[in-house]
Parts: sequence; structure tokens; C-alpha cells
Amino acid sequence: MARIALEEVTKRFGDVFAVRDVTLEIEDKEFLVLVGPSGCGKSTVLRLIAGLESPTNGTIRIGDREVNDVEPQDRDVAMVFQSYALYPQMTARRNIEFPLKNRGIPKAERESQVRAVADILELTEVLDRRPAQMSGGQRQRVALARAIVRRPDAFLMDEPLSNLDAKLRTQTRTELIELQRRLATTVVYVTHDQVEGMTMGHRVAVMDKGVIQQVARPVEIYHHPANLFVAGFIGNPPMNTVAGSPNDRWGDLVIETASGAIPLPLEQQEAVRQSGATAVVVGVRPEHVALNPEGPIRASVAVVEGLGYESHVVCRLQDNQQVIIRLPADAAVPRDGDNVRLTADPARLHLFDAATGQRIC
Amino acid sequence: MNAEVMVGWTVGALAPGFRSFLWIASGLIVLGVGLLLASRRGRPAYRRRAALIGRYLLLIILAMIVLFPIYITVVDSLLRSDQVVSRPPILFPLHPQWSSYSTAWTQGHLGRYLLNSFIVTTVIVAGELVTSIAAAYAFAFLHFPFKRTLFILFLATMMVPLEVTFLTNLSTVVSLGWYNTYLGLTVPFLATGFGAFLLRQSFLGLPRDLRDAAKLDSAGHWQFLRHVVLPIARPSVAALGIFSFFGAFGQYLWPLIVTKDDRLRTVQIGLKFLTNSQLNNFNVIFAGTVLAALPLFVLLILFEKQLVRGLTAGAVKG
Amino acid sequence: MSATDATGTRNPDTLAGLSGRSSAGAPARRPRRQRRMKELLLAFGLLLPSVVIFGVFVFYPLVRQIYLSFFVTPPFPNQPKHYAGFSQIQQVLSSHDFLNSLWVTLLFVLFTVPTGLILGLLLAVLAHQRLAGIRFFRTVFSSTVATSVAVASVIFFTLLNPQIGLLSYWFGQQGQLSVLDDPRWALIAVSAVTVWQNLGLAFIIMSAGLQAVPDDLLEASKIDGARAWARMRHVILPMLSPTLFFAIVVGTILSLEAFGQIDILTAGGPLQHTNVLVYAIYDQVFNQNNDGRAAVMTVALFLITLIFTLGQIKLLERRVTYER
Repeated sequence: MARIALEEVTKRFGDVFAVRDVTLEIEDKEFLVLVGPSGCGKSTVLRLIAGLESPTNGTIRIGDREVNDVEPQDRDVAMVFQSYALYPQMTARRNIEFPLKNRGIPKAERESQVRAVADILELTEVLDRRPAQMSGGQRQRVALARAIVRRPDAFLMDEPLSNLDAKLRTQTRTELIELQRRLATTVVYVTHDQVEGMTMGHRVAVMDKGVIQQVARPVEIYHHPANLFVAGFIGNPPMNTVAGSPNDRWGDLVIETASGAIPLPLEQQEAVRQSGATAVVVGVRPEHVALNPEGPIRASVAVVEGLGYESHVVCRLQDNQQVIIRLPADAAVPRDGDNVRLTADPARLHLFDAATGQRIC
Repeated sequence: MNAEVMVGWTVGALAPGFRSFLWIASGLIVLGVGLLLASRRGRPAYRRRAALIGRYLLLIILAMIVLFPIYITVVDSLLRSDQVVSRPPILFPLHPQWSSYSTAWTQGHLGRYLLNSFIVTTVIVAGELVTSIAAAYAFAFLHFPFKRTLFILFLATMMVPLEVTFLTNLSTVVSLGWYNTYLGLTVPFLATGFGAFLLRQSFLGLPRDLRDAAKLDSAGHWQFLRHVVLPIARPSVAALGIFSFFGAFGQYLWPLIVTKDDRLRTVQIGLKFLTNSQLNNFNVIFAGTVLAALPLFVLLILFEKQLVRGLTAGAVKG
Repeated sequence: MSATDATGTRNPDTLAGLSGRSSAGAPARRPRRQRRMKELLLAFGLLLPSVVIFGVFVFYPLVRQIYLSFFVTPPFPNQPKHYAGFSQIQQVLSSHDFLNSLWVTLLFVLFTVPTGLILGLLLAVLAHQRLAGIRFFRTVFSSTVATSVAVASVIFFTLLNPQIGLLSYWFGQQGQLSVLDDPRWALIAVSAVTVWQNLGLAFIIMSAGLQAVPDDLLEASKIDGARAWARMRHVILPMLSPTLFFAIVVGTILSLEAFGQIDILTAGGPLQHTNVLVYAIYDQVFNQNNDGRAAVMTVALFLITLIFTLGQIKLLERRVTYER
């Protein structure tokens, strides 16, 4: 079994907490994406799983055995580095066979393993070249091959696509997904790119400042973000956030903002009342905002960005907060400077406690 | 330095041939500089040509001055005894005599001396490389207490040259029974702070990812060193090797005091004894000099690039 | 193809055979302390040879020579040394011979280090141009790096032979006092030989330093109207300063240790005019058999080298401009 479990793992470097009380369970054969901004601790988590760092506190288990004191090479995990970490003086072939050689696997078997992996990844022609003589994509595949050939319990990948150009990145992304499905091995994948997070993983773990913000399936994360950070991090263009305060108007709870009062459905009203929050942030995705002359929110159009397949209308509210609307390509777009009124689908509103950032409903 | 000496060196006392040479050389230098200065004005085509000629002239004159001692050494080594001292001097050997070389080799024992130098130098270079690689590996990749203190200690040895310690080292070597032996000539030099420093810097430059990858690939220390570190650090190791070779081969003070007979003398000391034994047979002395200098010249020609890289690794980056 | 063949061994040619669990048993669990101990032992073993050699041949001699400085060597070989405290040190340090050696050594450093650097720089600048065949000149200028101290000294010793040396002839001194036997010129001659022998090294170092001067900086200054000398002063020299700094410090250390050329060319004479410290120490040990005095002088030499080096670092490092 290749489940990976982190139990309240903390890693401190001097006074800095790189990872704080992280508890995470990764199922066997699962593709888990660990996503977050630079410096959020995601690479550290990966290195902790690999054994390249030791936790200050907490336990790490791989396949039900505690591996805190187990050396990286004995943990049966393979890692693909952002820089690929290919041995520059060795050919691709020797790079790939290096881990096998070090484990004392006899020559004949080594050769057949290398050949098999090279076949899958289409590296057969470049097997006898050095890294410097290969393209970025080829190098990445050699790094992958070196990991695959070890038949590990889990693959750990540290931003493997970030050194590729955009076109290659999209292509390789799909290949990686297919590969994981074929190999049926656990993958822990670290990236700062939220698109990779959304498209590649069975589940996504969002991290910020060393703490896991939410772990769930991509759909769940998108439609029910657990806090403001996740809401703002996932989705492009990001979720609109408008600050306001709850106000009881004749029995109906609305959120008062500088630009108007946002009405809430009954269940949400109840949730807000119960939370006791005095300041809230209303979140709504750009595709769920609409221009409506009878809408409650007053705004003026700052810029209209036409992308061809859709348009983004950037509006400014009275207090300079910003709301972006996604309109389909054929919809009527306002002009710069127009005064408009906005409304949103009430079922698509997210409410967050402004003090804690946590989701209310 | 008084006026007589100055006058003694002026035109009157100089040998006629040399006098003419000086005139010509000064003339050419003036011409060269003049051309360079003149190249500031005038038509572009003339300017360029003038500048070009001027530059070449300067280069040629300077090259001649620098090269002259070596040149005359080689030339005189190929002349007969009486030709060497004939005046005005013979500047080109029309009928090269190779006998001085065989004399130097056999009677002058230069063959033996060269052999000794090679043995001693090879052992020292090998020893320095091994100990430097080992120490650099420890400093760069291992964790242990007092690492910084120890490293400073290594660096400190660079400040204590043999010229300061030879007094005691001699008695140490004598009491170990290593006087006039290869051991005595080599052991004190088998470790070097400079080598450890140079290679440590080089090893530290290894990308950290490679170290991690090697760990995950189950590479033990030896595999890591052999297959990953050394191939990448090869330029520095090569530079150290060449640098050590030059240093060990050219040693003078220590071989002088640690050897007492011809069986063990290195070629640098042997050269000194050659001047005593051959007295006025300049051609033999020069032949010996050429033989003594030949290994380093060959090394220079073969490895000029690596040598330069090694010597300047510290210099340029400060 | 199935994932495993008839004997149950995994078939690598199928993907399924490629993935899957390896059959590792319980992995080696080594607590951290044990790992640290292993690493410590390894480091110890790797450093041991160097440390032993340094201990025996570098640090022990230093300490012992300081110790020996306090003991006067008796005139007859089999008598024990007797303790003299600081008096021997004081006596040696104030002796005429020591002060003379000190002076000669300082002069020697002064004659050789700046000259060598300037000449090396000059040659490097001249050879830095893009001319056809410049590689030949570069090789010529660096050629003296292959001459050892002994080789260079023997060459010039022979050339300066008073009766039949070529240089003696050319300088019109044939039959008279060799320049090496002339108290007024001996040190200068030895210095000249040293400078010549070090020229190759100086050239190589300066050339490499020059190469580090970025071309675009030079071009910008040319566009700004700087003439050759101004370019030298404001662009080249500052960019070269780390190299110069290194060369000065290392060059001084090496010149303080000079021995071979003295031994071959002048043996400390004439009249001790080339009796640099190292040679004086050598002389005390082998000709005068006075270990006590020699010990004092070696410690003095070490301290002087230390002072020079640290002083230079202190004074000069401020003026070095590093990467822009």
C-alpha cells in the first residue's frame, strides 16, 4: 500500500515555520496536487515526504509504516525536481540506470528496464546523449524516466513543468495525467500554477504560509472555497470580493456595502446571523455577476478587455473596490466610463468572515 | 650607485655589437610609439596601418626581450664549448652539437636527477589530490562539529610556508630516518590547505538538487563522489593537479637540505651542482638547464588553458 | 503480454509490470543519532591524513621554533642548550645581521612586487588586443611560467659570469666585477632575475583579470569620450582591482619566501647585500650551526609575513571594487 500520511507535521528553520501542523492523507494511486504561492511551504512538504528534510514535530507515514528515521533512499519514493537534477556528465541512459546501478541490480536487467522506460517516454533516440544536448522537454522526460525506472511507491514532483515554455507545458501536462492513470501510482505534485492544480489532481491541497488551507476535489475547491485565500487563489480571473457588513433591514439580513445592499437567501441570512460576524466579505465568481439596470450594486466601468472568446468588464465600485465580469463573446458590452448596476446569482454568493477569512456559507 | 657606475654603463663601455643592437631597438621602439601617436591624426587608412605597425613593433620588441634568455640558453646548448665563449657571440647554431646534452645526461647525472624529480613530483601531486579531494568532500558535504574552525585551520596552513618551518621539519625528518630518502622528500607535502580550499569551493558550487537526487538514487558517498562530483569538478581538480606539479617540480629549498648525494637529488638541485661540476662548460650547463625546464614547458603547452583557469580561479573573483 | 511471466518475475515490457510495488521488506530504520555518528566518523577519516600532516609539519614546527627561540645553541655540538629567556630573542632581533637581512628582504619585496605587477599588466594590456597572431605573443609572454627558480637563476648566473658571460660582455663588464659581485647592483640583479622569472605568472594572472573586464563597459567609456589613459584609470583598474589585490598579497608572500635565486646567484653576498631572511636562516642553520638564532629568525619571518598580509588585506580591501 502506498498511502502517504502526514500527522501534525511541523518544520521549523530557526525562527521560521516553513510548515506548521500539517495533517494530510494521500490515498494509494491518488494524484494529489499541492498548490500555493511561492514560499507557502509546499516544496518543504514534498521534501519532508522524501526524507530530504526531517520534521521538527509530527509523524510521516508511507504505506502505514513510520518513516521519520528512514533515509530517503529507503523510503521507496522517487522525486522529479524542478531543475530535473540530471547528472550533466552522464548520458540519458546512464542517468536513468543510475538508481538501479546503486541498488546492485545486474546489468542485463538494468538494460531491459531502461529500454522499457525509454520506450514509454519516447526517449529511445536520445538515450546516448548528454543533458546539454537535449531539449527541455527531453530532459524533463529523462528525469521522469529516472523516477519511473525505480518503480517507487510514490512519485514526488516539484514543479516539473515550470521550466518548459507555455506550449510544451500544456502538452506535457496532459501527458503527465495520462501517465499517472496508466501507471496507477500515487503522485504528490507541487505547483504554484492553479490551472495545473485544477486540471491534474484527483484532489487539491491549497497551502499558504505553511498551513494547509483546504484539501478537496477541484470542483469542491472551486465552488466551495473554505476561506478567502483559497477563494482568491483558485480561478482566473480571481473571485470578486466585496467588503461589507451585515445589516438587519426589516427582518431581512442584507450586506451593506458602500455601493449598495446585497440581498441574501434565507439560509445564508441565518448562517450569517449565527456566525456573529460584524464585517463580512462577499465573494462571487466573475461568471456569476451580471449587468442589470435594476441590480443593487452601483459601479462604473473602468476597462473592457476583449479576449475574443469572451470579454472581461472591469468595474469599479464606489469605494474603489473592483469587480470583474465575464461576458460571453456575443454579449453586449458597455463602454469605458459607463455607470452600470450589477447583480449576482444569489445561489452563487460566498460569504466570508472578514476577521478570520473563514467561510460562513 | 654613483656616477661612475652610470657612466660605465653608457655607450662607451658597451660591447660594440650590443651597442648597435641597443640603437636599433631604441629606434624601433621610438618608431613604434611614434606610429601609435601619429595614428591619432591623418587619413583613416594611414592611421590604421600606422597603428597596426606600431603595435606589432612593440609586441615584437617586448617578446624578444622576454624570450631572449631562453633563446640564448637553447642556442648555446647546441654550440661547442669554444663557440659559446667566442665574441662577438654566435646567435644561431649553424651546426648544432648535441653532445652537450649527452654529457649533461650522463656525466652531469641529469638523467638520474630528472627521474628523482618525476618520482617525487608524482607522489606529491597524487598525495595532494587525494587528501584535498577527501578534505573538500568532508567540508562541502558532511556535517560535523567544529567544521568552520577546522576549515580556518586548513586555510591557516597557507600562511606557514616551508621556509618558516624547515628548521624543525629537518630534524623531524632526520629522527624519522627519512633523511635522504623519497619519504623525506614527499611526505611533508602530501596535504595542502590551498588544495582543500580550492576544491571545497568547487564542490560547493554543485547544484543542491544533484545532491538530493543522488541521495534518492541510493548513491552512497563513494558513488556520489565518483560519478557525480568528480566529473563536474574535473576542471578544478585538473587545475590543482597542474598547479601542484609546477610547485612540486620547482621546489628548491627542501630538496637542497634533505638530500645529500646524487642518488636522490632532484633536478633543481642537480642544476646547481651542475654549475659547479661543469664550471666553464656553458654548453653543458645550458643543456642541463634545457633538460630541467623541458617537463614544465611540455606541461605548459599541453595544459595552458587549464593552468590559466586554475591560477585565476581565485585571482579574478578575489 | 501479462504483467508477470510464467515464473512470476515482473515483466518489464508492460506498463503494469513497470509500476507496482517493489518487494522491499521493512526498511532500515536508523535513528538520527546513529546516522550522525556515521557521518562524523567518515568526516574524521577523510580529514585525518591532512590534519596529521599539518600537525606534524606545519603547526608543531611553529610551536617548537617558538620554544627553541628561548634556548641558546652552544658553540660545541654535544653540549646541551641552555635557557636564555628573552635575551636571545632580543639579541638576535637587534643584531646588525638580522636588521640587515630585514632591510634586504624589504628592499627585495619592494623591487620585485610592484615591478612584476606593472610589467605583467603592461604585457597583458598589450596582448589583449585583437590582432592576428596575438596568440603567439601571449604564449611567449607566459613562457617564463615554465622556468623554475633554479632554471632562471642558473641561466642568469651563467650569463652574468664575469669572465665569459654573455650579458657581462654586452654590458661592457667583461673581466671585471660581475654585477652579482657588486654590492651596489647585486640585489637589483637578483630582483631583475626574479621579476623575469615571475613575468609569465604575472602575465597570466593579469590577462585573466583583464578578460573579466566587461567589454560593454569599455565600449561605453569609449563612446563617452574617454582616452586610453582615462579608460585605464576609470574602467580597467577598478575592474581589475580584485585581481591586483590578490596579486599583491600573494606576490608579497612569495617574495618574502624567496630563497633559490639567492642561493644560486649570490649566496647572500656580496657582503650580505642580498642576504634575505630566508637565506640568513639557512646560513645560520647550515653554516653557523646556530639553531637558536635561526629559530628566532624563522618566528620573526612568520610574524612579518603575517603582519604584511593582514596589513595589506586591511588597507587594500577597502579599495577593491567587486562585482558591479
